[in-house]
Amino acid sequence: MEKETNSNNIQSIIFLKNKRLGALFIILALVMVVLFTQNLDAITQTTLNLTHASSSIMTNDLVLNSRQTIIVIAVIIGLAGIYQLIIGFRSKFTLVLGIVFLLFTFGFIVWSVSGSSINITGLLSVMVVRSIPLIIGAMAGILSERSGVVNIAIEGMMLSAAFTASVVASLTNLWVGLLVGILTGGLIAWIHATMCVKYKANNVISGTIINLFAIGITSYFSEKYIQSLDYAYLNNPGFFFPFEIPLFSKIPVIGPVFFNQNIFAYLMYILVIVLNFAIFQTKWGLRLRSVGEHPKAADTLGIKVNRTRTRAVILSGLIAGLGGSFFSIGSIGSFNEQMTAGRGFIALAAMIFGKWNPINAAGGGLLFGFAESISLKLAIFDVAIPSKILAMLPYVITIIVLGGVVGRNIGPAAGGQPYETESK
Amino acid sequence: MSEIVLELRGITKSFGNFKANDNINITLHKGEILALLGENGAGKTTLMNVLYGLYKPDQGEIYINGQKVNIQSPLDAINAGIGMVHQHFMLIPVFTVTENVMLGNEQVKYLDVLDRADTATRIRKLSDAYKLQINPDALVGDLSVGLQQRIEIIKLLYRDADILIMDEPSAVLTPKEVGELFLTVRSLVEEGKSIIFITHKLREVMEISNRICVIRAGKVVGEALTKDADVNRLAALMVGRPVDMNLTKSPLRAGKKVLEVENVSILGRQQKAEVNRVSFDVREGEIFGIAGVQGNGQTELVRALVGLIHPIEGRIKLLGEDITKASPRRITELGTAHIPEDRQADGLVLQSEVSDNLILNRYYLPPFAKKHLIQTNAINQNAAKLVESYDIRPRNPHVPVAKLSGGNQQKVIIARELSRPIKLVIAAQPTRGLDVGSIEYTQKRLLQLRDEGCAVLLVSTELDEIMQLSDRVGVMYRGSVIAIHNTSEIVKEDVGLLMAGVDLTNPQKVLTSQQLVDKSV
Amino acid sequence: MKKNFSMKSANNAIKIFFEEYSKTSSFYILAAIVLGFLFGAVLIILTTDAVYAGFRNSFWEGIQVSFRTMGKTLESIFVGAFGEPKRIISAFQNGDPQTIRIAINPFFESLTVSTPYIITALALTLAFRSGFLNIGAEGQVFMGGIAAVWVGFSTHSLPSIIHVPLTTFSGMLAGALWGAFPGWLKAKTGAHEVITGIMMNYIAVLFVDYMASGPLRDPAVFTPQTPPISEHAQFFRFFEPPIRFHIGFFIAIAMVPIVNFFLFKTIWGFELRQAGLNPQGAKNAGMNTTKLTIMSLALSGALAGLAGANEIQGISYFMNSLNFTSGYGRNAISLALIGGLQPVGAMIAALFFGFFTSASKFMSLRAGVPHHIIPVMQATIMFFIATPALIRTIFRVKKASSEETLITKVSI
Repeated sequence: MEKETNSNNIQSIIFLKNKRLGALFIILALVMVVLFTQNLDAITQTTLNLTHASSSIMTNDLVLNSRQTIIVIAVIIGLAGIYQLIIGFRSKFTLVLGIVFLLFTFGFIVWSVSGSSINITGLLSVMVVRSIPLIIGAMAGILSERSGVVNIAIEGMMLSAAFTASVVASLTNLWVGLLVGILTGGLIAWIHATMCVKYKANNVISGTIINLFAIGITSYFSEKYIQSLDYAYLNNPGFFFPFEIPLFSKIPVIGPVFFNQNIFAYLMYILVIVLNFAIFQTKWGLRLRSVGEHPKAADTLGIKVNRTRTRAVILSGLIAGLGGSFFSIGSIGSFNEQMTAGRGFIALAAMIFGKWNPINAAGGGLLFGFAESISLKLAIFDVAIPSKILAMLPYVITIIVLGGVVGRNIGPAAGGQPYETESK
Repeated sequence: MSEIVLELRGITKSFGNFKANDNINITLHKGEILALLGENGAGKTTLMNVLYGLYKPDQGEIYINGQKVNIQSPLDAINAGIGMVHQHFMLIPVFTVTENVMLGNEQVKYLDVLDRADTATRIRKLSDAYKLQINPDALVGDLSVGLQQRIEIIKLLYRDADILIMDEPSAVLTPKEVGELFLTVRSLVEEGKSIIFITHKLREVMEISNRICVIRAGKVVGEALTKDADVNRLAALMVGRPVDMNLTKSPLRAGKKVLEVENVSILGRQQKAEVNRVSFDVREGEIFGIAGVQGNGQTELVRALVGLIHPIEGRIKLLGEDITKASPRRITELGTAHIPEDRQADGLVLQSEVSDNLILNRYYLPPFAKKHLIQTNAINQNAAKLVESYDIRPRNPHVPVAKLSGGNQQKVIIARELSRPIKLVIAAQPTRGLDVGSIEYTQKRLLQLRDEGCAVLLVSTELDEIMQLSDRVGVMYRGSVIAIHNTSEIVKEDVGLLMAGVDLTNPQKVLTSQQLVDKSV
Repeated sequence: MKKNFSMKSANNAIKIFFEEYSKTSSFYILAAIVLGFLFGAVLIILTTDAVYAGFRNSFWEGIQVSFRTMGKTLESIFVGAFGEPKRIISAFQNGDPQTIRIAINPFFESLTVSTPYIITALALTLAFRSGFLNIGAEGQVFMGGIAAVWVGFSTHSLPSIIHVPLTTFSGMLAGALWGAFPGWLKAKTGAHEVITGIMMNYIAVLFVDYMASGPLRDPAVFTPQTPPISEHAQFFRFFEPPIRFHIGFFIAIAMVPIVNFFLFKTIWGFELRQAGLNPQGAKNAGMNTTKLTIMSLALSGALAGLAGANEIQGISYFMNSLNFTSGYGRNAISLALIGGLQPVGAMIAALFFGFFTSASKFMSLRAGVPHHIIPVMQATIMFFIATPALIRTIFRVKKASSEETLITKVSI
């Protein structure tokens, strides 16, 4: 049976819808030309420092003429807009949008630090660090949602894991702390799974309850114990130090950015690759996706829907626990109340951005990590935009992503729907 | 008679106080096609779900090849050699054919890694052996319903099932596809498989089966060899009373055009054109039927006619007013009644009371609302009146509508939609899933409306219903209306061929898309 | 024999009552509250050092200390919420107005603390009934607050009769707009209002921070904060200090019948409720679900904004990042659910919660129990409300047909 496209005029109407985005590109280009070149004379330069602070290899600085660079970027974006208007990027559209976003940001950086210099590898390195909990959280989300359970409780799982990892690592060592952090995520996920799968509670409500509980219980113990001087030793875990991966870390720019990180980053790379393979190439992955898409079909083929879901959610929690441990023992070396600050939700936005696909979601996580690192970095420079407004950037981008600039992304068909086994 | 492969003894299954199966005994012989005949809600599907391990019976035993078996789950059934083609296909649209077939019984290369290539080869072999023409790499969501059903059959063959249950397999097929299905079924029997064929269509029973078992209200009420069976007697057994299979229809008195559809095209969810330059009109006092297999654009067309989605091109006029971009409310206010296809999702608010559902499209008008305030008394009076006159049971209008049976839920919708002055009725699959009594009621009501001068647009996948009720019939195929005929001037078989996209002037050929556009009427 | 019989029938009567009552949704809510408090008590006992010391001595002493700990906690909650009876009596005997005010202050303070919770619980009830979890209420409270501050201090020349409502309405308007945006996104793009709402919360907090340290900063004060609002924009207070009880409480109480009337007696309420239960069916019946989505979240936002304005006009008068740590929106989710999605229920839950919160500082001081015990117990109560089947298992009651719909009846 051949799959046919219908008459041509209908095709053209479909692509009309994306004209708006072509226009958006052109507007972005104009904004760059008009705004970003205003107070720049022809000889102002922007220096991009490409040597990582802690790296032994030296790379030459990249010195750019600020105005020319901005105009070149604006022209590229403008051309992309015209191409989109006339021909259209069709399915490559998301990729193009990402590239345009990066180019625009680059132009913005060149403008912001014109006449001065900025360390690009430093910026990218912070991007990777900041994206760790987001990407790990997105993996947790994918695992749960692919099985048909909406998991907005990742935030709570992460927060609880950050707490227990910190306390246990303070009492023993970092590795035991990490293990306990992971298990904490799994335990909370077990509660979520029980509510959603066994008791058929509304997934969003269950997640909200868990998030509230996690904030309450961690803050309770925090205030009762680790904030008082008597127990201060409970919140002094230290943290995992970055180490270089031989060979890889010698690659210019990329090496120090990606391969001079701590254990969490390396676990994250492995996780993304393994999960991507497992979901799409293994028996386990096939069954996981089937219960998220059409649980009844899976049931009629002898797959235990609720058991598969419960296990997926618990595994999701273990992964979220890993991501949560990062906040305390992978980053600052202590636990603070509500330290996850909504990263669990941003992770979900990264997941949606990546269409529930691990590799793409990791890309989304890097994007949000970049937004965070840029708002941190530019706060130092005397930019026209105040730091508190810049700090909104990740949240604003999340809303834009969810608002479907990248098109309405549709998740697993049975997401959030409890499955009632008919064997009664 | 050959050996008995399956025996059900004394199967009883209740849901609350309702006995869906009451002490049912059935035997199936090797290489036999047993037809399980009964109307909707008689308990056929429940029985088969018991056999397939989806329901646990309250009482009764199952024997396979003389051995008592304990079937607790579908997995047990599959292991016992039982396979089932469900009425609603159990396929995952975003998976490939291979993935759908292998699911639950996966072949792995090593560790847990799927061996897709090997499974695909097996599927090709099975497909060739039974002439099923299945491409293992296709995405299931892109395939036609007929092909999807063949995937369901391959799923069973892949699992070496010997006893095949087919639940209403012809309901979603064109007559041509039904013919092909019957060929497949016969070749399966030749290979030594035994088949239980569930249906409520007498004609099919007579054509395909060796033996017939009639079920009514959860009980076996008759058994016969097909060659000895008599159609009228079977019908009476099935329904429990003599049935008048012919509706009396008064002569047509068509008036002026009420609904005019010109060149309408509609985009579906996946940005695919679901409706392709469709034109037709419906006049006062006639029933215009739209025939077609499910999924050929009827759903989208109806949604556009009632204003839920808007066409990307073309015009729709109601009583001369352009309603192409009108809101559902405007269209309702112009006198359109809509009996939606999915009555639970579109027609009702299940958790709300019957009384609220009865005013769902008029709550803002007097007497139900005055100065934006809800008038509880008027709503209750209206509910009491309608519950009585439309015989909605239970008579209490303050129960949530979810607690009503399917037939009574449909009555709530009919009562709401027809208890006000209307010019046009759009009825989409109005009898689907209803019992015979409710079907009769609904069909008579539609005819009555026609005789009162209403324009009726009837969208149905039931060819018999279309032929009996409508004055003119338009056939939809892949989003186009490929032919419009007076019902009196075309035979049912030709409509069936049209539903399969066969060009009547050249029956060897199925219409291509370009021809569809050219042929649009 | 006869006595036995009557005992049995009395037992039966209790049993029948229990079984009948257990079919109502309020049974599940009450059972959940009981279980939530039990959990809180266990947590408090487990985190009290004295209990462990007691158990080290003997099992019996451990039990005694546990009960003593609970008794102390409960007593501190009561005193914190209502005041110390002895002190009130002696104050009235003494007759000094200032002493009396100090003695009765806890009770009025509890009412004052409850006020924003009542309003936000109503906001969430309205949204839930329309099928939305307005988790963004938190940000809407902040936006309502900053708008009220801005309008409140911008002019000092308006008379109170105009300036007070003007300030309140601007808070409501800001909340409504902040709520309408996720509603608009939801209606137009399908973006889930929960995640966008949470993002809007973070943005609102940062925005308020920015305003208080930038454009709206009071140059006269060293710490970044806004100037105080005009005296003409402040709510009327009924007593001299230290009692802060103000007219906002009665505004909140007045909102209860208003929301109830709106939901159950007007056609808009009818539309919202039907669309909340089945948006697709509502759309098919001619309701404009896009408009309804935006309207419900905007109205919910307006109420949340009112809560923010109430805090500014009644209590704090100015805003900085420290004096306005609300939590009203976050807590309101559970209050609306515990209130059974009924306005009156929401009010009762909010009063209960407000008294508890008001007492928590005292509890923290006297019994050493951190106030974070409250969200823990809230979460536990909601956990049991969301899983009626679990309550049935615990209380061994049979499944009734109607209770499952308690929470799942809204199509969130």
